[in-house]
Parts: sequence; C-alpha cells; structure tokens
Amino acid sequence: MSFEDYRGVWVFMEVKDGAIVPVAKELLGAGRQLADKRKTELAGVLIGDGVSALAEEAIYYGADQVYVYDAPIFKHYRTETYMRALLACTEKYKPEIILYGATSTGKDLASAVATDLPTGLTADTTQLDVEEDTGLLLASRPAFGGNIMATILCKKYRPQMATVRPKVVRALPRDASRIGTITRESIELREEDVRTKVLEIVRQTVQRVRIDEADIIVAGGKGLGSPAGFQLIHEFADVIGAAVGASRDVVEAGWIGHHHQVGQTGVTVTPKIYFAIGISGAIQHIVGMQNSGLIIAINKDPGALIFQSCHYGIVGDAFEIVPMLIEQFKHALGKESSYARKV
Amino acid sequence: MPEKFDCIVVGAGPAGIACAYELAKAGVNVLLLERGEYPGSKNVMGGVLYRQMMEDVIPEFYKEAPLERPIVEQRFMMMDKESALTFGYKGLEWAREPYNNFTVLRAKFDQWFAGKAVEQGALLINETVALSCIVENGKVVGVQTDRPDGQLYADVVVLADGVNSLLAKSLGFHREFKPDEVALATMEILKLDKKVIEDRFNLEEGQGCTIELFGDATKGILGTGFLYTNKDTLSLGVGTLLSGMIKHKLKPHHLLDYVKNHPMIRPFVQGAESQEYLAHLIPEGGYHSMPKVVGDGVLVVGDAAQLVNAIHREGSNMAMTSGRLAAETIVLAKQAGDFSEAFLDRYRKELMGSFVGEDLKKYKDSTHHFDKFPQYFEQYIPMMNRAASQMFTVDGTSKREKQKKIWRDIGSAKEKVKIARDMYRAWKVMK
Amino acid sequence: MLHIVACIKQVPDTKIIKMNPKTNTMDRASAPAILNPYDAHAVEEAVRLKQRYGGTVSVLTMGPPPAVKAIRKCIEIGADEGYMISDRAFAGADTLATSYALTKALNKIAKERPIDLIICGKMTIDGDTGQVGPGIARRLDIPPLTSVKKIVEIDKEKGIAILHRKLEDGYEVVSSTMPCLFSVEKDINEVPYSTMPNMLRAARYNPHIWSVNDLEDVDKAQLGLKGSPTIVSSVWAPQKPQGGQMLDGKAADQVSQLLGIMLEKKELFQVKGESTS
Repeated sequence: MSFEDYRGVWVFMEVKDGAIVPVAKELLGAGRQLADKRKTELAGVLIGDGVSALAEEAIYYGADQVYVYDAPIFKHYRTETYMRALLACTEKYKPEIILYGATSTGKDLASAVATDLPTGLTADTTQLDVEEDTGLLLASRPAFGGNIMATILCKKYRPQMATVRPKVVRALPRDASRIGTITRESIELREEDVRTKVLEIVRQTVQRVRIDEADIIVAGGKGLGSPAGFQLIHEFADVIGAAVGASRDVVEAGWIGHHHQVGQTGVTVTPKIYFAIGISGAIQHIVGMQNSGLIIAINKDPGALIFQSCHYGIVGDAFEIVPMLIEQFKHALGKESSYARKV
Repeated sequence: MPEKFDCIVVGAGPAGIACAYELAKAGVNVLLLERGEYPGSKNVMGGVLYRQMMEDVIPEFYKEAPLERPIVEQRFMMMDKESALTFGYKGLEWAREPYNNFTVLRAKFDQWFAGKAVEQGALLINETVALSCIVENGKVVGVQTDRPDGQLYADVVVLADGVNSLLAKSLGFHREFKPDEVALATMEILKLDKKVIEDRFNLEEGQGCTIELFGDATKGILGTGFLYTNKDTLSLGVGTLLSGMIKHKLKPHHLLDYVKNHPMIRPFVQGAESQEYLAHLIPEGGYHSMPKVVGDGVLVVGDAAQLVNAIHREGSNMAMTSGRLAAETIVLAKQAGDFSEAFLDRYRKELMGSFVGEDLKKYKDSTHHFDKFPQYFEQYIPMMNRAASQMFTVDGTSKREKQKKIWRDIGSAKEKVKIARDMYRAWKVMK
Repeated sequence: MLHIVACIKQVPDTKIIKMNPKTNTMDRASAPAILNPYDAHAVEEAVRLKQRYGGTVSVLTMGPPPAVKAIRKCIEIGADEGYMISDRAFAGADTLATSYALTKALNKIAKERPIDLIICGKMTIDGDTGQVGPGIARRLDIPPLTSVKKIVEIDKEKGIAILHRKLEDGYEVVSSTMPCLFSVEKDINEVPYSTMPNMLRAARYNPHIWSVNDLEDVDKAQLGLKGSPTIVSSVWAPQKPQGGQMLDGKAADQVSQLLGIMLEKKELFQVKGESTS
C-alpha cells in the first residue's frame, strides 16, 4: 500500500457533557487549512452515546465529513472502546493525518492508537503545517522547557498523528449554512468483552477561574511591592471578569497560590488579553504567555524585558494607572455589557 | 538491627574522601556520609588543587581526574581604586608532568574522587545529614542521621563535616566561632569561551593562571580575592573575615559585585555569563582556634579541625593530608583493636609533625596581626600603587626627583618609622 | 503476592538546566541526571501496594550505564529489584520504539516472575509526552489506565483493580481486569524521606543489566532511531519579540489610549462569546 492511498485530514471530536470540546473546534479550524492546502477532505470522528446531533456542529465549524459512532457502549470514554472504533475507521478510510486535542482523553486515545497502527505521534504540538506536495505534516512543539521549538516529522508511516495544545490555533466562526456528509459507522463490541468499566463519575466543582481557560488574565508581579499591593490585581480582574495570574517570584513569596503561576514552571496560557502588571518579564514567564492574543504591559522600569514581549506598553506606576483603568472600564462596561464575559 | 561498620566518615569533602579512600584501600569497612546531593554539590572553595598532597593519595591522578587547567602562572595583584601593582611567576616546567597545581571545580572533582573511594570499596550515602554522635560510656560509637531508622554504628567515627562541624560541637570539641576566626568567602563561576580566556590571560591552549587579589579587591578590609581560570569558566571570589564585614556593614555579594566591576578586574571578566553564585565560611583562626581533634572513638579532620593556612589560602591540601593521616591511624587501631583516645592520639601527633602542623604554627599569628593593624590594607597598598605610578609615569621628571616625591608621599618621619616597624612585624609573622 | 513493575527513566533536571544563550540550546552537561520526578511517585505507589498486599516491586529502565543511579534511587524508595536495558541499539528511540524495547524486557521479567501490575509516571520531564505507558499496555494487550490518582483496591484473586482516574472537574471510579497498566498522577502520594536501611541497600545494589541480545524475539528494525517513526527535522528559536508599542504621555493619556485600543480589538471578546454558545 502506498502513501497515495491515504487521503484526508481527521480531527477526533472529543465530547464532554453533551458538547464538542473547544479544542476540537479549534482543530477543525487548523485542519481546514491543512486539508485545503492538500486539496483534500476534512473529517471529524465523533464517538459517544447520543452524540449524533453534534455531527452537524462539526460541519458548521469546518468539517466536510463526519464519521459517527453512536452507541451505549461509548457512553463514557474508555481507551479500549474508543480505540477500537477509531482503529476500525482508520482502517476503512485511511486518513493522511489525525489530530487530537492534547487533553487527557485526547492524549490517552492517541497514544493507544499510535501503538496499534503503528505510527508516529507528536505530543503537545503548538504549530501545524503541511507540505503541499508530499502531505508531510510539520508538527512543531516547544522543547526543553520552551526556549526552543522542534519540528517533528513522520516520514515513513501513515497516518501521521499529533496531539495539539488547546488554544494555540483558532476555531473558524460557526457557519450554519455549511454542508457536509454524515456517515454512521458501527463496530462489533460487546460490553462483556471490555476489560474496564466506569463505575461512577464524581464531579468536584472548582470555584476559581482556571487561568488556562480564561479569556482575559490580569497578572501581577513583584513590582506590586506587597501582598496588599497585589490586591489591586484582584480588584482589576474582578471588574473586567478576568482570571488572576502571577509571576513565579510572587507565588514563591506566598502572595498567591501556585495554580495562578504563569510560565515555564507554572501554567501556559493563551488568553485573548493578557495584562502583565509589575512583571519584569523573565524568559521563564514569557514562554508561558507569549501566545496571548494581546499583551499589555505596565511597569515602572522602562528597561523591563516585558516591554520587548508585549504589544502595548505603559511605563508608569501601577498604583496610578490601574485605578484609572478600573474606573474607565467600569464606565465602558456599563454601556457595553458584552465587552467582557462575567465569570 | 542497625548496621555496624568499622568506620563512619561524616562529610565527603577532600578530607573525608581522602580518609575513606585510604581506609577502603586497606580493607576497612567504611561508610562515607554526605549531606549534599552528591560529593562536591555543597562544596564551594578551593579552586586550586595541590598536586603533591593529592598524589600522596592517588599517584598520577592527573591522568584521569576531571581537572580544569594546570597552573603555569601565579600572579599577585596589589590593588588600589584604579591601579594595581602586579607581580608573579610563570614557568613552563609547571605545564608538564608531574605539574605543580591545578585549578579544579570542586563539584566535578569531588564527585570523581568519591567515585574512586567507592571503587576501593567505601559505601557512599548521599543526601543524609549526620545530626549527632552516639556516645556510650564516654566513647563515640556511631552517628545519628536525619533518616528514619537512622542510627549507624562504628568502631570509630571521623568528623569531616566542615568548618561549622555540628558533630564536633555536639561533642564539645568546638565552641562557637568568633567573627574574627572565620572568613566569609563568596564566589561566582563565570562562563567564558576557552579561547577568550587564553587570550585574556596570555595562556597557551589548556594552561591555567591564578591571580590572588589584595587591597582594594576587598575595599581595604582584611581579606583577599582571587581570579582563577578554569576550562571554560573563571572563578572569581572574595573572602574577608566575618568581623571585617560586620564592622563595615557589608553584605557578601556587595564585595563580589565591587571586585567584578573593579577597573583592574573588569577586562578579564567582561561579557562572561554568571553561572553560579556560592558562599561559604572558611576557618581562618588557624593554630589558635584548632579544636580537640581526637577523642575516644573519634577523629576530626579537614575544615572541621580548622586546618587552613589563611596566608597562603591553602585548605584542601591540609584537608587531604589530615584525612590520609587519620586513615593510617585507624588502620593501626583496627589491627590493635584499640580505638581509645590514647591510641588515636597518634593521629594528632602525626598531624602536628607534618607540614600541616608546621605551617599552622608558623602562621599562627598572621591573621590576627593583619586584623589588628588595618593600615597594611588601608594605607600601604595604595601607597605602593602611588609609588609605582610615580616611578613608571614618563613625564620628564628625573628618576631621582621621582624617588624624592615617593619618599615625601610616605609622610612624616614619624610615619616612616611606623611603616618600618609594621613591615618588620609583617615579615616576622609571615617568615 | 503481587508482582508490580514500575517503569522509570533517568532525566536531566530541567528545573536547573542552563540554556546556552547564544545557541538557545540546552546545556545538558550542566544539568544533573535525576530520577524523573513523576516516576518516583510510580515507585512509591508500587511500594505502598506491596506493603498493603504483599509482593515484590521491580523497576525497569532503558538508558545508558549511568542510569543505574536512577534505579538505586528507586531501591531507596523501597523497590526490591532493578532491571536495566542498555545498548547502543536502543539509542535515539522515540516513544513507539521505547515502548517496544521496554515490552521485550517486561516479557523477560514476566518469565521469571509473572507481572500483575505495571505502574508508570504520568510523563517524563524531558520528553513531556506521556505516551510510553499506554504504548506498553497496548503492546502487552492489557488495559492502559492513565491519570490515575488513587488506587482503591487490588484483588488479585478476582483479577480486578479499582481506581480513580482524574478528570478535569472531578474523577471517575473505574474497574479494570488485571494485569493492567497505570500511569499515575503526581498527587497520588507523597514520596517520603527514605529510611537508612533502604539507603544502605541501594548503595550496595547492582541491577540486572541486559543488552539487546539478552532479550527474546526482538525485531531490531523496531529499535532505537531506526524503529522510530518520528524524527526531529529541525530545532529553531522562536522569533525574538519585536518589542511593544509604547503608550506615552501622562497617566490619563496612557489610560485613554489603551482603552481606545481595547475597544478596537472588541472582536477578540466576541469570538469567545460565539464559541461558548
């Protein structure tokens, strides 16, 4: 069998709580570009129990084709059942590329599928491209702590596979006028043959805004002087409905908990807007936020490194600037209620 | 049932490793305890390894040990604010086997050296702190470590746990230091291209140079600085007596920053990338602050025994020699089945009879002398610089006239007598 | 009596690794080699199960000879036996070739003493993929269970393990037939300070070391660089930031300029509004 027999770009459509997860929609956006470049089809693979209705959503977000495995056996994600479905589908239609969100489910499934096929799998990709003529997937990811990027290829095997980090590629706007094909698939799989059972799901509600999911982050650094000074960050974040982030030294000083830490040893974030207030901009911080949509830096020190990595910078005293911003935003938000999402 | 060894050596620095190596080689069942992640990880100073004392332990070690550069040149720099009087010796006989001294990075070297001890049969346990000696009937019979089920027993315990020896204190051998008995040394390792190092220090490929710094390197406070060439790093450090720092209200890193930016030093280190910053106490009390080094079932070696020659900055050689001598005595004690203080006292006698004891006695008053008379550092070094400047500046003045000016600069007749007296005193303590 | 095998790796300590600022590459020599921190939790969990149910804990690693140190670290934690496969033929392996080689070693270990459970750390700090564990499970055709944060019960007689898998917003209780493979989360346990008897045992311990020829049924084409479908084609530094546009003036001017920019970029917010609908 030659590589020419493998055609099409696939995206694993992870479903959670009855909806397609955001990263799957983002991958349809990225997959669309790859498929167009290769002049081939973009397909979603949808697996679950009662998920057929979501197939159209996948089309609205860019898919030409959706393969649907809808059966009670797929009620909960299990490596064994989902893998069997995806392997059967791959065997039948032979895609050139399969993309998964780098979620715990996506990574679990991709690892198992890659071993069985077998093929190469690149983890936690942040940039994707494809060679137009050969179809070679160029999957790039930060390596060695994020200071350098490595491009990883899979030359001798098909399909090529990658897990892709959430929020590194853009979803297309939802377009309900798009049309595509929905194909129902099924496999022979009996519950008694499956070796794992999900006995119970326990939800533990998390109150705090997760910084890795926030659209807007207001992050503060040592420049705020003290835990009392850092309150300004909380106040501003509250007003604009943002999550609170922090630099490493602030976390180490105990001003705020570790799950707020942005950077190499903290969380990588890609919000739409990132405010860096009183943050000097050490490399280890920058790698954790550099892909944010709009980066605004406020710092007293005109030589602060953060000004090299921001889109807009203000040299000034945070304690003067931020209270004014809070006032202005309150005013603007009164009129433009859709301006920021309340969390 | 806790294990019993013939000997436990606490601390894998130069003294402890040398001791464990010799013991293991002689077939003694020895356990070497190290608190750091690996031997050398907590070790700071040094930088110069003395070939002779190392060869007493491992002949021709230089053929395989991780050494930085053989030292072919030693310079001494008497520094003022923007001048320096330098003298030194460079000899290519030091570039050939058997060499003279080497620069080393302790983190690498000690790891290698400890590996040699393990090859000989010593058991090395890292990341473990010995908290106290276990004493039964007035005799040391083991050590209590910080680990669960952490008692260890042995016929004899060697304390090589460094300048601030917890264990020697726990036995009452040590009292707390006075600030004028310890120096606080800080050091930075600066990364620089090999070729650039060789160009800046005027060296052939692979050769090394050391520069000892006096005077303004320590802002005139009693102490010294150093700049050593490693393979692709420089070691830059300063050390002053703790008492001097306290008196001048200086923080250790201030001095290091000061010397790093000193116009006489800056050209050597410019553009180098700071790789590591280390701080360490060095015993400088010498002979007068040597603790008791022998007890029933226990010996003290290396920095823990305050074995440092402050004047010549020699510590690791004394450490290794003391470790080796301790091992010799333990081997004999094992044969005799006698680990009493009376038997082990042989170590103290051997130590004091060796170059270690001789040097410690010889320089016993040196640090105190210079500390009592700050004019050596505060006045005389700047004076020497002014004198040299006068002498070497070509400005049409005759040499005779210059000498007169230098003489005037030294001050009144009373001053001149004082200087003469100070120089005599210095000569007396140094000789 | 259980036989649990923990798969572990020696890694450079990326926390303290130094970067060469000129080439932007990792100065590997500057980083001490340590036991992958995630794997310490895997070994600890195996030791706890041994204490609960009785049995033997073995550890397995693939690596160059100095990786013996990582095995000794596992003995310090409380493992009984250590196995290492070390051969030039394994060098350059990606996750697929790694899981192949480890599987061959596991088969050999299982011949001596059948394996009930395999435990891996969530991922390594140098590779960051988490792919090797599930890969091994697939090759052995046993269930892979990732994101394990608690092991509730192991019933060897019935051949059932019950555990908690971490989810984004909680956990699920799962049962699995045995043997199976767990990839465990860091918060599954705390690795305590090792006891002195374990330290002494580790310092004296010499692991079993196997070369490729000691393993059976090995297809050499599937090993090392040759057997790795993925290759690193290029390593490059991300573009240096250009530097931001500075908003000058008095504080009030700066704030109003900024507000103007934010309102221009209003679409940034609206994208989100749609994608959550």
